[in-house]
Amino acid sequence: MSASHDPRPLLAVDGLVKHYATRRSIWDAITGARAIRVQAVNGVSLNVGRGETLGVIGESGCGKSTLGRAILRLHEPTSGRVTFDGTDVTALDRDGMLRMRRRMQIVFQDPYASLNPRKTVLDILGGALRIHGIVRGADVKDRVVATMESVGLRGSHIGRYPHQFSGGQRQRIGIARALILKPDFVVCDEPVSALDVSIQAQIIQLLGDLKRELGLTYLFISHDIAVIGYVSDRVAVMYLGEIVEQGPTRRVLAAPRHPYTQALLSAVPRVDGTDRRGRTILTGELPSPLAPPAGCKFHTRCPLATGICRTAAPVAVQVGDGHSAACHLLTEAA
Amino acid sequence: MTDAAPLPAETPLLSIRDLRTCFRTAQGVVTAVDGVSLEVRPGESLGVVGESGSGKSVTFASVMGLIRKPGWIDGGAILYRGQDLTLLSPAAMRALRGREIAMTMQDALTALNPALSVGEQIEEVLHAHDDSLPRGRAGRRAARERALEMLRLVGIPSPEARLREYPHQFSGGMRQRIMIAIALACRPRLLIADEPTTALDVTIQAQVLELIAGIRERLGMSLVLITHDLGVVAEHCDRVVVMYAGQVVEYGPTRAVIDDPRHPYTRGLLRSIPRLSALDEPIHPIQGQVPELVDLPPVCRFHNRCPDRRAACMVPVAMRALSAERGARCILAGESP
Repeated sequence: MSASHDPRPLLAVDGLVKHYATRRSIWDAITGARAIRVQAVNGVSLNVGRGETLGVIGESGCGKSTLGRAILRLHEPTSGRVTFDGTDVTALDRDGMLRMRRRMQIVFQDPYASLNPRKTVLDILGGALRIHGIVRGADVKDRVVATMESVGLRGSHIGRYPHQFSGGQRQRIGIARALILKPDFVVCDEPVSALDVSIQAQIIQLLGDLKRELGLTYLFISHDIAVIGYVSDRVAVMYLGEIVEQGPTRRVLAAPRHPYTQALLSAVPRVDGTDRRGRTILTGELPSPLAPPAGCKFHTRCPLATGICRTAAPVAVQVGDGHSAACHLLTEAA
Repeated sequence: MTDAAPLPAETPLLSIRDLRTCFRTAQGVVTAVDGVSLEVRPGESLGVVGESGSGKSVTFASVMGLIRKPGWIDGGAILYRGQDLTLLSPAAMRALRGREIAMTMQDALTALNPALSVGEQIEEVLHAHDDSLPRGRAGRRAARERALEMLRLVGIPSPEARLREYPHQFSGGMRQRIMIAIALACRPRLLIADEPTTALDVTIQAQVLELIAGIRERLGMSLVLITHDLGVVAEHCDRVVVMYAGQVVEYGPTRAVIDDPRHPYTRGLLRSIPRLSALDEPIHPIQGQVPELVDLPPVCRFHNRCPDRRAACMVPVAMRALSAERGARCILAGESP
């Protein structure tokens, strides 16, 4: 098997756009008013190598979850291309996409909302097997039990309902559901954000162990920079639907080049007791994605913004090996 | 009036002694707060850390007199400037709330009244608690002025216009600011902030925490910061109390507790969070889960998750004072780990 030596990325996302139209009222239809478009993801390009974890970091409303769902076509992309292991996923028909989903799975944030409360663990995990017609009959139960045990659940709990488990155990069910089809690629969408600190660490460790054992590739979405720093090889920083900085995790976190990444890192409260008085605190809030600012979208909150930032959108420039950032200050310096 | 424990350097503003708060549930009686003792000194900032079910919010809901059926305060004392709040009449408690002690809730959207403008909600507090306000029209005008001043204090842009707006018209960070404005309207001596930034993004969290710190310094107020985030405590609190399964398991000056934790739960928490400054160090999860609080056996509550447990842990473990300022509820607390 030469799969692990294949130099091509497992996932290539090129110029991905996802816009949502707001609902038009009858009055809008009469007056001919256009629906307003929310630019949730606005031209995102990224690659994820085989066996790699790409972390996606950003605040609420930056489009990171939409990005994960658009890649899996859970939300149909507006434009752009997603290539998975050489196949253009965006061009697949319904059946083709269903087959592809065996290889591309997702773990959701909220283990309470993402599991059907009326179904037992056997139904939830077995359902995925039946839909894809992978195993039948008594084999379903064996596969479910084996998957449950691989994520640290007891096989004897196969007949239980989601409410009979704790939050951390429920997230293990969510992980088992994603892994039972033996995928190559998993989008982890804030998988630990709803959990208590001591349980978070258990799930982070489990996801790491499974990745090593099964040779998985992750797109790991989180708002927690320390978690992203810990789990990911490379990181992409999103702001209002765009990637503003991307590169090897250690490098980006040690020497962030975009003012937004710098502010984000500086805002994280630290146990080590670094003096918080030296930090940059951003003023203002995230602008509405309904009406994003012109020019550089970060200029309304950027402490370093100049005239050009208000009018022209910056393009990403290389600032190091595999490290790029989109900021006018970097272009000027270059 | 003699107390066995040595008196602290300063007389506390708030002193909770051996508090027990229970709830009746279908599974039986849950003792959500079981023998909690802690104090808040004048002008200090105290962090209260714990995970869900640790009893941190219920402890301070008890202080505020907010425990209702099926819950009750089963024992202990809550001394505020020497007066036991558990013995106060509802009317006397109402007079104290807001004016002396105020609390902000984690979820601002459910804590605020959706049917009143934010200006009306601040004015309501002033009319209820501030006796210096004149009656009639002059009083209403004065209250409006004060509401405006509070919105300015918490950094709401164009406060004149926003005074007339309703909670749903504000973002999460702005709503948290409004709740702080309402809590601070009568200049309380003690602010209890329950997870003020948990629902907020990290850049907005930094804004809100700096705001609280700035106001605290300016007004000389005491602060109790209830949180699950040790980073927030490290940066904003003089002292810290760590809670687990309804009990205080460790307390002390923040730096000392973080640098040299003496309870295995505190140690476990610190080792389970990834740190930006040490990403190469592996994290060590605490195994297992918090015990159910119904019919707890009389043993150390952390024993089932503790890496250092031994036979001697299978008895009720009392808080051990390690110095005048520090204590931990562990039989090994005196030994260096």
